[in-house]
Amino acid sequence: MAGNKKKFIQGNEACTEGALYAGCRFYAGYPITPSTEIMEICGARLPRMGGAFIQMEDEIASICAIVGASLGGLKSMTATSGPGFSLMQEGLGFACMTEVPCVIVNVMRSGPSTGFPTGPSQSDVMQTKWGTHGDHPAIVLTPASVEEIFHETVRAFNLSEIYRTPVILLYDEIIGRMREAVTIPAPGEIEVVARRVPTCSPAEYKPYDAKGGDIAPLASYGDGYRFHVTGLYHAADGFPTNNTQLIEEACIRLLRKVDDNKERIWKNEEYHLDDAEVGIFAYGVSAKSAKFAVKELRKKGIKAGLLRPLTIWPFPDRAVEELAGRVKAIIVPEMNMGQIVYEVERASRGKCEVKGIFRVDTEPIKPVQIIECITGNGLKPSSPGSKMGEMMVERDMLDG
Amino acid sequence: MAVAEKRIFRIEIDERLCKGCSLCVDFCPTNVLTMDGNMVAVKELDACNGCQLCDNRCPDFAIQVFEE
Amino acid sequence: MSRPAEEIKPLAKKKKKAPFNYSPYVRGGKLPHIWCPGCGHGIVLKCLLRAIHTTGLLRDDIAMVSGIGCSSRTPGYVDFNTLHTLHGRALAYATGLKLAKPRLNVIVTTGDGDALAIGGNHFIHACRRNMDMTILVYNNAVYGMTSGQASPTTPPGKISTTSRNGSIEPPFDTCSLARAAGATFVARGTAYHFQELEKVIYEAIMHKGTSVVDIIDACPTYYGRFNKYKSPTEMMEKIEKEGTVSVKQVDKLSPEELEGKLLRGILHKSDRPEYCAEYQKLMTKVQAK
Repeated sequence: MAGNKKKFIQGNEACTEGALYAGCRFYAGYPITPSTEIMEICGARLPRMGGAFIQMEDEIASICAIVGASLGGLKSMTATSGPGFSLMQEGLGFACMTEVPCVIVNVMRSGPSTGFPTGPSQSDVMQTKWGTHGDHPAIVLTPASVEEIFHETVRAFNLSEIYRTPVILLYDEIIGRMREAVTIPAPGEIEVVARRVPTCSPAEYKPYDAKGGDIAPLASYGDGYRFHVTGLYHAADGFPTNNTQLIEEACIRLLRKVDDNKERIWKNEEYHLDDAEVGIFAYGVSAKSAKFAVKELRKKGIKAGLLRPLTIWPFPDRAVEELAGRVKAIIVPEMNMGQIVYEVERASRGKCEVKGIFRVDTEPIKPVQIIECITGNGLKPSSPGSKMGEMMVERDMLDG
Repeated sequence: MAVAEKRIFRIEIDERLCKGCSLCVDFCPTNVLTMDGNMVAVKELDACNGCQLCDNRCPDFAIQVFEE
Repeated sequence: MSRPAEEIKPLAKKKKKAPFNYSPYVRGGKLPHIWCPGCGHGIVLKCLLRAIHTTGLLRDDIAMVSGIGCSSRTPGYVDFNTLHTLHGRALAYATGLKLAKPRLNVIVTTGDGDALAIGGNHFIHACRRNMDMTILVYNNAVYGMTSGQASPTTPPGKISTTSRNGSIEPPFDTCSLARAAGATFVARGTAYHFQELEKVIYEAIMHKGTSVVDIIDACPTYYGRFNKYKSPTEMMEKIEKEGTVSVKQVDKLSPEELEGKLLRGILHKSDRPEYCAEYQKLMTKVQAK
């Protein structure tokens, strides 16, 4: 298509391309492996596009700065990895509470603590949901290829604006740094959502008014709407309240605005699921291996299929339950010691076996590991709790 | 001999806002004000010279002096 | 500089004395504020509003950002673009907002704990960047909101709930710290010296670059009670009046007379490139390529 550009780029570059395509005009960040490329490219490109870039003193400052910038009317982003993401948790909660759109990229590396900075991992997936304190909504997207990083970054910005909430783009070091061919769409080719701003007079404006739906339009500071924003529980007008009824309503509305729109936020890829007898639930780089494993298993005559969430939070309960109702087992490979497997088990409601394959040696889960799990174990019942046995598959065998 | 015209002041106290800290009473140079329980009150309006020190040292937006 | 075109009109020039009209700047129905009886923060707020009035800035063009603590409640009461953020992080939010919308005049109201303890890192880096913003540190040497713990400016020997036997920590001097970190306008005022304070806040807002004003005021409820001050008035006289000396008088006083006193007034002013202006230059340069 005219205007399309084909580029052979790294996942982190694709993220930057997606952000700029989506209209991101503010980046604040702090260097951290393996996400730094995003920051470096933003630093080079944003000034050329009239956008702002600033290197902050730490990740705490970075997430605060993007929320400040977003209130100034700019689509804003920061990117980080494990330790930096931990530092951002309080600021993430503030963005949820104050309903300020922004995008946070977490390129997962091995943890806890400094862990193995260049080693990939998928062990922050629960942190993206539960890292910050208090009940709060979470929208987390999990692309699995370089091109998908581009598209999911655009979607992250769109969802953030639509639902007035921070959106986390979550992928691992491997796809962050692998290079693949990406087609960058021409401007206008894919949808970019603009912020919904108030049309009422400043005197009438209430930044948290749920009357017209759970999501109120958001004015920008300096545009004539002199409104108040606080991390305290607040009434529709934005000012703090200690009215217990208003507090409950505010908390429930915050969760509801994502919960009621799950259908619109969910996005799954289904691969050979129609006649599948065994399902694989995999996200990010593990889904790449899972897809390969499905192909190999099909060659062996085993009807395997893949359910791959591009939205991991809100969790795709319905798709998992539906799948659980028609397969013997769901296999969950993930590069951690078992996180999403418990969600799959919960969503399956006991309708099938759920078995995890876990790996934390910073090597990706290989297709053979998934194939062995399905063929070698003959789908014997196994609870997610008994994962150690699955995990300690010898490396030589995996590499075979 | 010219006689200076007597200046007349009006002191407005917002009873909703006064927290009774007594700063205005203590700093008034002409002892115009007094504490009435937990609230400031005007004791000697005639003594007011309109210096507005009470207003400027009031943390609570509770007292202002107007010239009539 | 033009006057606000809104309903804020300068007080008519007349011979009769009239008090300052705060109502255009204070949000309707938000008073009384939460500050305790005799707390200096209200006096500081009034100085700030008078100073803003003198600048002639439009309310729409002012953003007031704060962190957590008593001082950080200021933005809730004033009719500007207001942002009450996380403990210590006001300057990080303010930095993002200012860079995103440089035409906003950003004023940060913060406290000694908020700015110098939990927010210390952001404080020094804000000073270093020299982004055009005004940082007002309401310095009452105590954590008031959490009922009276020692802060980074609590003087040695003073009692707090976390230094019941007297603080053994050396305090920060906000102004020395700000100057060393690169702030291009550094001043100190007190709630007692309200005219001086109004003037330094005005100068701080008008200064192009990072301005820091250390504002000594009193927390009678905790600091005062723990340290045996009889009244808010006594605190203002002993700490703010007797505990400080104007920079204009320094030359006339002996070292003995200056012992233990904090200096008031504009302590430092310098010219250094302002961050947003430098960023604008950088954009022009790269866009020309």
